[in-house]
Amino acid sequence: MERNIVSFERVAKHFGAVRALDGVDLNVKPGECLGLVGHNGAGKSTLMNVLAGTLTPDTGVIGIHGKDLKSSYGVPKANENGIRCVFQELSLCPNLTVAENARIFHPSLSGWGWKTKTGAMITEKLDEIFPGHGISSGDVVGDLKIGKRQMVEIARAFTLTDTPLHLVILDEPTSSLDAITARQLLEFVRKVVGDGLSCILISHVLGEVLEYSDRIVVMKDGLVVSERPAGDFDRNSLVAEMGNVIEMDEISEHQEREKLRGTTAVVVEVASGTQKLQAHQGEIIGLAGLAGHGQTGMLLGIYETAFGGKATGNVNGPVALVAGDRQTDGIFHLWSIAENIGVGSLSRMVRRGLIDPVAEAAIGETWQQRIKIKTPDMNNNILSLSGGNQQKALFARALASDAEIILMDDPMRGVDVGTKLEVYDLIRDEAEKGRTFLWYTTEMDELYNCDHTYVFRDGLIVADLSREELTEEKILHSSFKETA
Amino acid sequence: MIAYLTSPKALRAALPAVSFGIILLIIWFYSPFAVSYMGLNLMLQYAVPITLATIAQMFIITVNDLDLSIGSFVGLTACIGATLLADTPILGILALAACVAAYVAVGALIHWRNLPSIVVTLGMSFVWLGIAVLVLPTPGGTAPGWVKAIMGLKTPFVPFPIVAAAVIGIVVHFALMRSSYGVVLRGAGGNPKAIGRAGWSLLKTKMVMFGAAGFFGVLSGLALIGLTSAGDAHIADRYTLFTIAGVILGGGEFVGGRVSPIGAVLGALTLALTPQLMGFMKIPTDWQIGALGGILIIVLALRVLINRREA
Repeated sequence: MERNIVSFERVAKHFGAVRALDGVDLNVKPGECLGLVGHNGAGKSTLMNVLAGTLTPDTGVIGIHGKDLKSSYGVPKANENGIRCVFQELSLCPNLTVAENARIFHPSLSGWGWKTKTGAMITEKLDEIFPGHGISSGDVVGDLKIGKRQMVEIARAFTLTDTPLHLVILDEPTSSLDAITARQLLEFVRKVVGDGLSCILISHVLGEVLEYSDRIVVMKDGLVVSERPAGDFDRNSLVAEMGNVIEMDEISEHQEREKLRGTTAVVVEVASGTQKLQAHQGEIIGLAGLAGHGQTGMLLGIYETAFGGKATGNVNGPVALVAGDRQTDGIFHLWSIAENIGVGSLSRMVRRGLIDPVAEAAIGETWQQRIKIKTPDMNNNILSLSGGNQQKALFARALASDAEIILMDDPMRGVDVGTKLEVYDLIRDEAEKGRTFLWYTTEMDELYNCDHTYVFRDGLIVADLSREELTEEKILHSSFKETA
Repeated sequence: MIAYLTSPKALRAALPAVSFGIILLIIWFYSPFAVSYMGLNLMLQYAVPITLATIAQMFIITVNDLDLSIGSFVGLTACIGATLLADTPILGILALAACVAAYVAVGALIHWRNLPSIVVTLGMSFVWLGIAVLVLPTPGGTAPGWVKAIMGLKTPFVPFPIVAAAVIGIVVHFALMRSSYGVVLRGAGGNPKAIGRAGWSLLKTKMVMFGAAGFFGVLSGLALIGLTSAGDAHIADRYTLFTIAGVILGGGEFVGGRVSPIGAVLGALTLALTPQLMGFMKIPTDWQIGALGGILIIVLALRVLINRREA
């Protein structure tokens, strides 16, 4: 038997309390195409970053060509061993030409005439993979459309100079390609795999993975949960392996509320494709789907409409937004906790043109108790709080304001379970009192807290699920395209 | 062909040359005699040190940093040139080499601690100025004879400042835009993460760029005393903002590694020529700095218009 190119054993990587990888075994044989699937945050990208040498794992054995390289493994070692990665977020330099970007990959291309040599090399590879691509090696990458950029990046990963090439990792390679170029790429992958090269194919288009892989590895919560030849899977069994079944007590409660749907006034109504998002007063509406498929755009559109910007639909009532990326979009780093909460309700605290410090302190005091922010003094700097408590403060800002409609942009990322449960209760209480919540979340558990769920794909609503109909399988089915 | 010439890409590349040409044309309109060998030699005298300092600034901007100390650094090297280099050449060369090494160290520090370059270089500008005052407390000293000889060269047909600017532009163009390592250096400005992932050292690119900037700063200081023949700690204080304006006028951008050495040289020449233009237009000296700002705004606004058409 031939030696494995990659043999990982019990590889683990933690980011603080988050276990991105929790002891993963992975083998890649020469001349095979390995499909890798999993939900958002299953650890696929972390695993590929470890393999490409851009992340160092905490523990585990990194076997490359039969040798354990754990201590010395990094980008140079990965290059030396012929492992290349096409990263999901493009890693081309937009200010350089196509040929110059190829040169960055190949230190050996230097001296007189390197530009001609590199240009010929990348053009030849582009011709081979994407016939009729229409890209010139002298084009500046920043001027190219995103699909063409992705073609350049893929072609670059397959170019050969003096270093060997054994394994190419393709992380969502078809996400910006149209159907024809995607097929060209996948056919090319099959061809080079036939010649003895190995590929790892990560894709959210399950049809691609099923059709073009030899073997499929399914990841969930930082672990490999299933690993079988591609022929043993079909679409349904793959989705079943990726998901998990959670029993929740509140289902009945939500079902009761669901029956009430339509009895209160519609406060938000936005059309999206053939479907329409509707939120009635007092409802908790979930926005689901894979990350970055238009949910945040929908929330921002509603926000803009409410503040008299470009109208994307009907919004009746004042709106507040709880930001997802709290460090950049949420907190004011230099302000105290009380100031961070009060900034959402400035107009109510003004006396004689100035902010009344007593009113501000009172708002801070009220919300410290209501939402249990763990701090000895609300006048401490916001950064003195833990991440979860900072998030609570942001919730307090939205809830303390007079907003009737609260938009939440996946705000619970990286928050501990205890805090999450407290916030869930708070949201339900406020909904009872008549506030409406639009909640974008990437976590299945949170959707079970919603009365009604819309699933997004490619910027549009593709499914409209009542609480009764909501299952993880349905969400996954709608999130992934039917065919390549 | 016409489609290419009116494309935003071509217009953007042509803008620095066009603005330089227009200023030259207006001067010619006021005083045809000024646009002659002698006239240009006089008008562009101080263009050489400004060009060198602008190239130094461009290196820093290439890697997404900004150098607010280049003016006082040029002042310091001018002071060293007018004292140590003239009196004890070996010591002078060592001191200038130490200045370049200090620039390399600043670059390494900025990368290593992930510090904002504006803050670090602003601080360093006071350090350079302080050392310069220690080296040469009052304006004076003498430039070494060979420096004066080079700056006083009489080239045939084309005035020396123009020849020098062309040589500087072409040499830097080949080093930064055409060489294979130049690609990595510019890439480090365009997408540092990608450069790191391809296995290059970002620390090294920063150090190389800051080192190159230090080297051109030294050349600028020497060129300056070659013209004035005496040094002064404050001799080049205005250079800091001039060089930034020159790079931007020349088509460079503050972030993203988009720079153009030829453009930067033209930008520096334009800036060197503008005060002369004001003289011909009889704009009172009190108003000249403001008018210079006005010209800058017009040119940059044109570029924004071109970019907007592209988007």
